[in-house]
Amino acid sequence: MNLKLKIWRQKNAKDKGRFEVYQVNDISPDTSFLEMLDILNNHLIHQGKEPVAFDHDCREGICGMCSLYINGRAHGPDDDITTCQLHMRKFKDGETITIEPWRSAGFPVIKDLVVNRGAFDSILQAGGYVSVNTGGAPDANAIPIPKKDADESMDAAACIGCGACVATCKNGSAMLFVAARVSSLARLPQGKVEAARRAKAMVARMDDLGFGNCTNTTACEQECPKGISIAHIARLNREFLGAKLKD
Amino acid sequence: MSILDSKIPEGPLAQKWSKHKAEIKVVSPANKRKLDVIVIGTGLGGGAAAAALGELGYNVKMFCISDSPRRAHSIAAQGGINAAKNYQNDNDSVYRLFYDTVKGGDYRAREANVYRLAEVSNLIIDQCVAQGVPFARDYGGLLDNRSFGGAQVSRTFYARGQTGQQLLLGAYAAVNRQIEKGSVKSYLRHEMLDVVLIDGKARGIIARNLVTGAVERFGAHAVVIASGGYSNVFFLSTNAMNSNGSAAWQIFKKGAMFANPCFTQIHPTCIPVHGDQQSKLTLMSESLRNDGRIWVPKKKEDVEKIRKKQLKASQIPEEDRDYYLERRYPAFGNLVPRDVASRAAKERCDAGFGVNETGLAVYLDFSTAINRLGKKVIEERYGNLFQMYEKIVDTNPYEEPMMIYPAVHYTMGGIWVDYNLMTTVPGLYAIGEANFSDHGANRLGASALMQGLADGYFVLPYTIGDYLAKEIQSPKVDTDAPEFAEAEKAVNDKINKILAIQGSQSVDDLHKKLGHIMWEYVGMARNKAGLEKAIAEIKKLREEFWKDVKVTGITADFNQELEKALRLADFLELGELMAMDALNRNESCGGHFREEYQTPEGEALRDDENYTYVAVWEYKGEGQKPVLHKEELKFETVKLAQRNYKE
Repeated sequence: MNLKLKIWRQKNAKDKGRFEVYQVNDISPDTSFLEMLDILNNHLIHQGKEPVAFDHDCREGICGMCSLYINGRAHGPDDDITTCQLHMRKFKDGETITIEPWRSAGFPVIKDLVVNRGAFDSILQAGGYVSVNTGGAPDANAIPIPKKDADESMDAAACIGCGACVATCKNGSAMLFVAARVSSLARLPQGKVEAARRAKAMVARMDDLGFGNCTNTTACEQECPKGISIAHIARLNREFLGAKLKD
Repeated sequence: MSILDSKIPEGPLAQKWSKHKAEIKVVSPANKRKLDVIVIGTGLGGGAAAAALGELGYNVKMFCISDSPRRAHSIAAQGGINAAKNYQNDNDSVYRLFYDTVKGGDYRAREANVYRLAEVSNLIIDQCVAQGVPFARDYGGLLDNRSFGGAQVSRTFYARGQTGQQLLLGAYAAVNRQIEKGSVKSYLRHEMLDVVLIDGKARGIIARNLVTGAVERFGAHAVVIASGGYSNVFFLSTNAMNSNGSAAWQIFKKGAMFANPCFTQIHPTCIPVHGDQQSKLTLMSESLRNDGRIWVPKKKEDVEKIRKKQLKASQIPEEDRDYYLERRYPAFGNLVPRDVASRAAKERCDAGFGVNETGLAVYLDFSTAINRLGKKVIEERYGNLFQMYEKIVDTNPYEEPMMIYPAVHYTMGGIWVDYNLMTTVPGLYAIGEANFSDHGANRLGASALMQGLADGYFVLPYTIGDYLAKEIQSPKVDTDAPEFAEAEKAVNDKINKILAIQGSQSVDDLHKKLGHIMWEYVGMARNKAGLEKAIAEIKKLREEFWKDVKVTGITADFNQELEKALRLADFLELGELMAMDALNRNESCGGHFREEYQTPEGEALRDDENYTYVAVWEYKGEGQKPVLHKEELKFETVKLAQRNYKE
C-alpha cells in the first residue's frame, strides 16, 4: 500500500504546531499502524530528519500508552481497539491519513503526538483506591461476592487509562474515566465502605484539573477501546449525589 | 569460601523464613521517616514495594520511564497468579507449589527462596482481594481457579485474560494512596542511567528527565531495582517496546553481579512472525492450553496443501492430526511447562510439519472444547484473547485453529541477590524479574506475578529494614558529593558520544541485527560453535554501533531515539554475557537447551554433578572478560531427578 500521511508536528508545549505531509510506500496490509509509523520514522532518520514522537509501549492494547487521533477518531477507524491493535488492512491504498495527538485542555502536548496525561494519575490519587495497608487482610474467601457484582466490577476495571474518552468528548470531560474507577470499587464490599468519600474526592479533583462537564453525548462510550459503558456514569452520579446529600 | 554469601537461614526449610523474620532488625517509625529509599520501576515488584515501604513510613522516590506507573509491562500479563490456597480441595499445599516450582525450574533455583515464595503466595491473594481486585468468581461467590503448565492442580487465580492489569492496578492504587499522603514521590518519564556508590554503598542514582532531557541526581539510603527483564535484547519479543535491561546492566558495571544471564524463557504460544517489518510479538496466554489442543498434521502432503492454502486445518480428519504433546507427555498433555512445549513445537517444525508459509507455526485448536462446552463458555473464558487474535491475524479462531509459535517472553536470569534480595553491593536491592532468584532455568506460568508481588509486598519491606537499621545515623545523602558529580559526568559524556557519531544506521537497524544474532545462536537451541560465533559477531556489531549509529535530535529535548540508543548500547554488552554464560553451561536445563546435551528422546540432559550451581558473573572493567563465580545449589528437601511429565 502507498499512503500519504498528514501528521501533527509540534516541537514542545509552547510551540504552535502544524501539519506536515509524508509519503510511505510498499506497506503490507498486515502491518500494524504503529509499525507503519516505525517504518516512516526509520526513513526520516536515514534522511537526517527528526522522527515523529509518539507514545506506545505494550503494543497489545493493554498498557494504555498509545493514543492518536486518526482520521478524526480516537484510536482510528476500527472499533473496540487501541491504536497499537489497528492494522493497515483497515485503510485503502492511496488514502491520505490524518494523525493528530489527543486534543484536550486536560492533556497538554509534550511533543508531536505525545501528550501529558498526568491529570489521570492525580484524579486517582484523590481517592481511587481502597484504604488498606499491606498485610493483615482477611482470607480471600472470607467475604463471598456475587458473581454478577464481581463481573460488573471487572467490566469497569477494564479501563486502560488511555484518555480516548476525554479526547473524544466535546466538553473534554473525564467522567467516564472517573466513573469506571468509582463504579468498579463501589461494586465490591471491599470498596463500598468509602464509596461516597471516594466519589466526592475524585470528582472534586477532576473539576480542579479543568476537565469539562458531562452532557451525556455518549461519544466517550462509543470510542472507548475497552467498551466501558456510560451506565457507570449514572452509578457515579448516584454515589456522588448520595454523598452530597449526607453533607 | 565463595565471595557469594546467600545468607540462607539455618534450620528446617519450612521454618527458615519465620526464623529469619524473627532475627532480622526492624526500624522504628520515628527513624523510618528519616530514611530515603529509591525504587526503580513501577510494575508489580516496584509498585508493590513503593506502596509497602511508603505505608511503613519510609520516604520513597519512585521512578518510571512511562507517563504513568500503570503502564509498566506487568500490565500485559494475561493468564493468572498462582497461590497454594487449595480452594479446589485438589491436594495443593505450600509444599506442592514449592516442589512444582523447583521441578519446573529444572532444579536450578534456590530451595529456600522458592519455599518462601510459595509460603507468602496465599497472603498475596488476600491482599489483592482486600484492595478490590475483581478476580473471577463462581456462582457461590467464592474465587475461581484454572490450571497452568507444570502443575496437576488448579491453583491459578485470574481476572479474565487481564490478571496482570488488575493486580497492577491494585499496586498502582496502593501507591497512589501513598503519593497523596506524601510518603511516595513519583518521578514519571524519568530513566535511571547510573547508580551512585559512596564508600561501597548504594547512595543514589543519576536519572534523565525524558521530557526536558535534563540529567539529574537523586540521593537515598538504599536503592531498589525493579526494572524487569531483558528479553528485548532479542529485538522481537513479547515484552513492551520500552522494556529494557539498562538499570540492571548499570548496576552490574558498578559491582552488582549478574546470575544465569543465559536463562531465557521462550513462550510456546505466541502469534507467529510475519514479514521483516515487525517490531513486536504478541503472546497468547498460557491459559489457552487449559482448553486448546496443540497439533500439526501427521502427513506431509497435508502440510504442503495447507501452506498453499488448498486445505484448511478444520478439514483434516481427527486420525490425521498429531497431538504431539498429548502423544509425548500423556500425564501433563497440553499443560507441560513452557520450555518443553516450545522445544516440542520447534522439533515438529524442524521436521517439516510447520503449518504456515514460513513453516514456523503449529495449531492451537479449540474445536474439541467448543464441542464439549459450547461456544459461549469458551467466549466467556477467552473472549478478549480470541478478539485480540482475530484483530491481528484476521482469522476467526472459533472456526479455524489459532496458529502459534514460540517467542522470547521472560528472563529467569538477572541480578544476583541473597536471601534478603540484596545484591553484592550493600544497600542495593533487586526484586521481581530483575533478579534471578526463584525460577531456576524455567519459570512456570502464573508465577511471575506471584514473585513480583511477593518480593514487593511481603519480602523486601521486611529484609530492607535489616540493612536500614544500620543507617539510622546516616544523614540525608549529599548529592553534591564528588561521586555524584563523577557519575553525572560519565552519563553526559556517554550521551554526547552517541550523539556525535552521526553514522549511517538507525538504532532499530542495529537492534534488528543484534536480535537476529541472539535468536539464531542464543535462542531456543544453542551449541558451542554457534555461541562462539555469536560472541564474535556481537563484538563486531558493538564496534559498528559506536562508529555508525545515527541518532537524531539533541539531548536537551524529548528524544526517543536517544533513549533507544542508550538501551541498545547496554544490550550490545549484555547479549555477549548471555552467550558466554550459555557457552559455559555444558548441559541442558529448562529454557537453556544445548544441542550437544540431550537424551535420545530429545529431552534436556542436565549435568548435576558439574552444573548444580548459579553462574554468577562479575564485571571487571571495559574490554575485560567478566569473572565467573559459582553459588553451589544445595538440595536438602527435593531429590534431583530428570523432569518427567510423561507419567
